[in-house]
Amino acid sequence: MDLPIPHVTEKHHGVWVFAEQRGGKIQTSSYELLGKGREIADALQTELCSVCFGYNIVDTNRLITAGADKVYLLDGPSFKDNNEDLFTLELVRLVRQHNPEIVLAAATALGRSFIPRVAAALKTGLSADGTGLDIDPEKGWLLQTKPAFGGNIMAVIICPEKRPQMATVRPRVFKARRFDETRKGTIINVDFNKESVTSKTRLLSFVDDITEKVKIEDADIIVAGGRGLGKAENFRLIEELAQVLGGAVGATRPPVDEGWTTYAHQIGQTGKTVSPKLYVACGISGAIQHTAGISTSETIVAINNDPAAPIFEVATYGIVGDLFQVLPLLIRKLSSS
Amino acid sequence: MNIVVCLKQVPATTEVKIDPQTNTLIRAGIKNIVNPYDTYALEEAIRLKERYGGTVTVISMGPPQAEQMLREAIACGADQAYLLSDRAFAGADTLATSYTLSLAIIRQVKECDLVICGKQSVDGDTGQVGPQLAQTLGFSFVSYVDNIEEVSSGKMRARRMIDEGHETVETSLPAVISVVKGLNVPRLPSLRGIMRAKNAVIPVLTAQQLDADPQLIGLTGSATKVVRIFSPERVCRGEKLTGDAEAQVDCLISKLRESGII
Repeated sequence: MDLPIPHVTEKHHGVWVFAEQRGGKIQTSSYELLGKGREIADALQTELCSVCFGYNIVDTNRLITAGADKVYLLDGPSFKDNNEDLFTLELVRLVRQHNPEIVLAAATALGRSFIPRVAAALKTGLSADGTGLDIDPEKGWLLQTKPAFGGNIMAVIICPEKRPQMATVRPRVFKARRFDETRKGTIINVDFNKESVTSKTRLLSFVDDITEKVKIEDADIIVAGGRGLGKAENFRLIEELAQVLGGAVGATRPPVDEGWTTYAHQIGQTGKTVSPKLYVACGISGAIQHTAGISTSETIVAINNDPAAPIFEVATYGIVGDLFQVLPLLIRKLSSS
Repeated sequence: MNIVVCLKQVPATTEVKIDPQTNTLIRAGIKNIVNPYDTYALEEAIRLKERYGGTVTVISMGPPQAEQMLREAIACGADQAYLLSDRAFAGADTLATSYTLSLAIIRQVKECDLVICGKQSVDGDTGQVGPQLAQTLGFSFVSYVDNIEEVSSGKMRARRMIDEGHETVETSLPAVISVVKGLNVPRLPSLRGIMRAKNAVIPVLTAQQLDADPQLIGLTGSATKVVRIFSPERVCRGEKLTGDAEAQVDCLISKLRESGII
């Protein structure tokens, strides 16, 4: 279907946040984006809307208490498996119908897979994996800051002529607001084609790789191990410390390559990007390929026996010492108190 | 099976600097390599050809020197290569890039079954060209593929990595997929391949030859613009704790408690 290319007109208004859910539960990244989206909508004096696709979504009202004025809800069995073909189709349809000025989504695997398709279908601009969003005070444009070259360079991107302005945003960069139970908003159940849903891609099975309770992207605390652990048995120290801290386990590339842990735990340029409140780097030298994935963490603790290791340049607190002495001490003292 | 692999030439290092005068990247003296993720894409294409027969076509949009990279791809086993090179393509964002690549696929590859891309380039780090190419071509799309299990009767079964784990999906062909590191180990060129590559003719396709809409390519066709680049602040906020292991551990725990982190 060839539709005219959307250009900036008066008719585009409103900030939209695509709210991601899994198994009917809205993901934390959605609330974070609504927090930032609220700020942007207020700056532009416009409304904040959330779009949510899923099946038996339990907490839709929280999208409103987290900041949305309006929620466009598509709840049905066909959305159960986060089918990206359907998500693309429906989001494109909704955007064409309502003409938002800005559309934001979390830079998760889902967001980074289907949001580019939405942008391509709408023939508008999209920036990837952003770490900063601001409004240009003169032009009202969305200033999208994103890392490039593995975090060595930051670029500020605009989409001056096409609408909506779209961005995927790295989870945990922005803080969710406190849920305000007094906030009022509207939940709109959007009509969608409930029959004869054709999709080119179909989910056959899913294997959960993260065995712990805490998902690495959502974890407030991550304990990560690197080459310095030396062998698979020693990697248990990382798991133990993560457990006493109630955190998730992370790793650099060598432990994954060596098979001490699985790829799902890998953090860095070729793995995941995280931004926990506390990141404990154990036996990690701090190559840029790794630190690119942790640079937005609030507090970084580094434990390494090499005082010249670059990890100490990014660490808030550094302990120069033997891992096998420091880690057991830390585990013991934390679990006894 | 007719397979297309999209390759991108990128700087060999991500540790690039910005020229404070011009506010542009200093590229002088930096060697170029094929984007690491694209090497897995190429290897997977060659393996699929070995398994199911067919052809492997490699394409790249870039400056004339990207030809060398395409030649290396032929040495590794690709059958045909096209270089999309024209000043008018310069400054393209992912939207303009995917449009340009789609034209080359439509015009040069008969009955394309599969397009393989790396999950992202290591310079721009967007990962958007794969999905946008799929959308532009009207092909199905599967991202973050780490294992292609089977291709048969117009369908492909593949495993993909998402944040929480692995999904096995079935998708109809033609499709675009993006692949992650680790789905294979890329081979080195064979001697015969090197000889073949030496004599291979690599056509250069310009905007005119692709019959591209000038409004949709290069900087003009880009919806996004880069207004500024800068080096992230590297605040050395570090504080090295002192004393023996026990003293350091105690100090750390009290600091983390004070700031309410634990």
